[in-house]
Amino acid sequence: MCIRFLLLFSRQGKLRLQKWFTAISEREKKKIIRDMTTMVLARQPRTCNFLHWKDLKIIYKRYASLYFCLAIENQENELIALEVIHRYVELLDKYFGNVCELDIIFNFEKAYFILDEFLIGGEIQETSKQIVNRAIEASDMLQETMEEYMSKPAF
Amino acid sequence: MPAVSKGDGMRGLAVFISDIRNCKSKEAEVKRINKELANIRSKFKGDKALDGYSKKKYVCKLLFIFLLGHDIDFGHMEAVNLLSSNKYTEKQIGYLFISVLVNSNSDLIRLINNGIKNDLTSRNPTFMNLALHCIANVGSREMAEAFASQIPSILVAGDTMDSVKQSAALCLLRLNRTSPDLVPMGEWTARVVHLLNDQHLGVVTAAASLITTLAQKSPEDFKTSISLAVARLSRIVTSASIDLQDYTYYFVAAPWLSVKLLRLLQCYTPPEDAALRSRLTECLETILNKAQEPPKSKKVQHSNAKNAVLFEAIALIIHHDSEPTLLVRACNQLGQFLQHRETNLRYLALESMCTLASSEFSHEAVKTHIDTVINALKTERDVSVRQRAVDLLYAMCDRSNAKQIVAEMLSYLENADYSIREEIVLKVAILAEKYAVDYTWYVDTILNLIRMAGDHVSEEVWYRVIQIVINRDEVQGYAAKTVFEALQAPACHENLVKVGGYILGEFGNLIAGDSRSSPLVQFDLLHSKFHLCSVPTRALLLSAYIKFINLFPEVKTTIQEVLRSDSQLRNADVELQQRAIEYLRLSCIASTDILATVLEEMPPFPERESSILAKLKRKKGPGILPDIDDTRWNGNGNVEHSESGSAHPFTDLLNLNSAPSAGASLLVDVLSDSFSPASQDVFVCKNNGVIFENQLLQIGLKSEYRQNLGRIYVFFGNKTSTQFLSFSSSVSVEALTLRSPQLNIHAKAVDPTVEGGAQLQQILNIECVSDFTDAPVLDIQFRSVSECVLCSPRVLVQLCLHVLFLSSWRYVTLLSLSPQQEVQTIFKAKHPMDTDVTNAKILGFGVALLDGVDPNPANFVGSGVIHTKSTQVGCLLRLEPNAQAEMYRLTLRTSRESVSQRLCDLLSDQF
Repeated sequence: MCIRFLLLFSRQGKLRLQKWFTAISEREKKKIIRDMTTMVLARQPRTCNFLHWKDLKIIYKRYASLYFCLAIENQENELIALEVIHRYVELLDKYFGNVCELDIIFNFEKAYFILDEFLIGGEIQETSKQIVNRAIEASDMLQETMEEYMSKPAF
Repeated sequence: MPAVSKGDGMRGLAVFISDIRNCKSKEAEVKRINKELANIRSKFKGDKALDGYSKKKYVCKLLFIFLLGHDIDFGHMEAVNLLSSNKYTEKQIGYLFISVLVNSNSDLIRLINNGIKNDLTSRNPTFMNLALHCIANVGSREMAEAFASQIPSILVAGDTMDSVKQSAALCLLRLNRTSPDLVPMGEWTARVVHLLNDQHLGVVTAAASLITTLAQKSPEDFKTSISLAVARLSRIVTSASIDLQDYTYYFVAAPWLSVKLLRLLQCYTPPEDAALRSRLTECLETILNKAQEPPKSKKVQHSNAKNAVLFEAIALIIHHDSEPTLLVRACNQLGQFLQHRETNLRYLALESMCTLASSEFSHEAVKTHIDTVINALKTERDVSVRQRAVDLLYAMCDRSNAKQIVAEMLSYLENADYSIREEIVLKVAILAEKYAVDYTWYVDTILNLIRMAGDHVSEEVWYRVIQIVINRDEVQGYAAKTVFEALQAPACHENLVKVGGYILGEFGNLIAGDSRSSPLVQFDLLHSKFHLCSVPTRALLLSAYIKFINLFPEVKTTIQEVLRSDSQLRNADVELQQRAIEYLRLSCIASTDILATVLEEMPPFPERESSILAKLKRKKGPGILPDIDDTRWNGNGNVEHSESGSAHPFTDLLNLNSAPSAGASLLVDVLSDSFSPASQDVFVCKNNGVIFENQLLQIGLKSEYRQNLGRIYVFFGNKTSTQFLSFSSSVSVEALTLRSPQLNIHAKAVDPTVEGGAQLQQILNIECVSDFTDAPVLDIQFRSVSECVLCSPRVLVQLCLHVLFLSSWRYVTLLSLSPQQEVQTIFKAKHPMDTDVTNAKILGFGVALLDGVDPNPANFVGSGVIHTKSTQVGCLLRLEPNAQAEMYRLTLRTSRESVSQRLCDLLSDQF
């Protein structure tokens, strides 16, 4: 598959999640984020979900208020990349139950953990929804009890 | 603030996030963040030891702040502590922080590696997975050094859990991409191939990714994967949709795995074994058949997954390019998609057809869709789809449809999106030239281009039309007539004025017989545009005028008057003023004979490849453009464009601007004539010497290399007796890819004046970050006021610097580099075949000569290492001379194919 990066941003262009699968300098990242948000947000409705950008293909899709934007290498398969996005949305949805932008803002670390169970190094690790969900649930079970945490001070 | 749904709630974190969200302004947000950073800093520095929970919470806050776009310069230590914790959630957050904020701090890396090591050996699958994720996420060299040898054994161990195997496979894949030299091949490779047989489809999917990447680098080692992949694919495509349980995605059986297997097969040619081959063909047919079945679901996910597999199957069919029936079926399928209501499918169909167009079997079939594609160009709402349509038209163009396609592209150009106009202009220019049967059509097309999209017509395009007109007698009269007519328009683009000025200056006499285009009319027409033009165009027009004086003595006085006017002789621009003075003087003192000699018609341009094509390639970056220059076969099996392609390539007209015609013999076209092969030799096979020389300037070079660092001393010698002014010299590297630059070059600035006879030294420091193909280019510009140069042209030199970071190394074993990384070429000897000279050249190239390795003592065998910052590339070379035939065979084997290719290209010009 070879995904180079995944970005989630809102319709206002606010970045909600960023995942880089190759080493890129912080300055370069900021530039890419800027390019992606302007490019994708400028697209008209009902246009296709693919763009060429430098030597990469950009695959994006909007879910409610959030844009999911994936960069893949030039010879990769666009449609299957589109379904990578959809599968990730399904996983988030299953975990949060009707996921919305706020879930991802407030539980960004969970969104990262779920992504890590699904993709590694830009490749798909597991395509079965059940297995990924089971892995995430299992890791939640490993956590210490809520009470132990809630008794701690807020700051 | 929504209730945290599951797992642990870090209340402090949630409160902080809502605070940030409630900030009314950017300033308020920054203020709140600074407050928080101060708080966290004090907590981390405080005497009281923090418990795991607080540490986790603060590290999470830091992460959030970082993701908002602020810099974080502390907290790494706490994160490392967390990842060494025994509590799962703490470990998880610690790893997350490290993964997101990769830091090259070496002390820290050691600590992180320590934590990873503990987790990898913990035999706790959850911990092992976290550690593997972290290695894959960071993927740094230090980590590769520490773990690359350990991961293969985790991957193939019998008792490893499936999920760990999946992580290990992909982790290894990542390390192989970043530091291939550190991932050892070994007996594990055979066992990895057998993972394609694993019962767990997740393991198969991960393994397929790994094998594909490895097979791309060394196909021979993974050849056994072909039969396993075909068997697996066949089982998937023939399975009932419920068989694969959760691996069925919207009624499509294992789409991700299918795509991966099809991709893996694209590393190879069609299987030789007949049974296997027919089984694969069956699979591909089944996939094509399924496309015709009614959908099992109305959901877009169903059709996307199904078509993803279909497009990958078509890609494999195109890659094999051996089954005409499959190719034609693929083409018909794509033809259906061209009119599909889904924009995505139309887009992809256009894209795939571009590659189909270059196959001999399907080129004709693709051409039948020309009307649909033209229609797409006219009616698609989406500019990216229209762009694909332009690409496809370009790819399907041949002599039979060139006129239609060029006409359609031209008419589209008028309404085209600004972002793609320049590209269309280049494509039209290339097609018009390539498929021109009569050159009047070519000239018309280019003038139309300039008229419709003058701003997007780059210099290469109008240089090219002039080259062609000058080199082809039969079109000169027509060209003069056409530009003359085009210039009649009240408003015409400056590029048209340039072409018009140049062509009338050269060939105006061919139409002067007609009273409607008499010399005076021609001159008045040109001069009516003069005042609206920029300085370079005016300079060009002045040269056209002096050419007129030579062509038409009857307008001499009129032109002299113009040249004599204050607006010329006292023009604020030095170039214009100088031209006016010199031309006026020349026209007054020179006899007719001298004028005729000095202002003679431009000689034909030496034949060379079109610079427009080069520009288009540059613009699109490597690999994106369907390369119509690749051999395309027509029905008879002849190379179709060999006769058209090589018929009229010309040189660049780089100096056209600065001194178009006057004193043509004095114009130093440094780029084309002085860059002789002899000087290039010195470059590649020696570290010092004179690399360039002409009447004005000599450039010498001295270079030294240590590992991946190089220093080059460039010496510029002024051979004239007068100063060089505005002297500048800079180095540029073209970087098209996302990756960071492959070379870091620092050039010290030089003095802008070089005294007559003096020498100037410039130091270039170069660091090689990773392997590269494009040689850096040295740009030198200066003005010379030497008495022999009439117009003081701005002299421009561009040189390619071949920088080599090679050092000799005798220990590359022949076995460690597989034949797949081999590149071979056979070429004719360009120099006398002298053993000692060849020896010296190979040594000078930077490799060690290995005696007695090759059974044939006449052969040369060498080995070396290319040092870059990120990796070292071992390389072996063998040069086999054939004295009778005066030919050489050169074989290069390195651990990277691109490097082999590059070295081979470089060296094949040397012997």
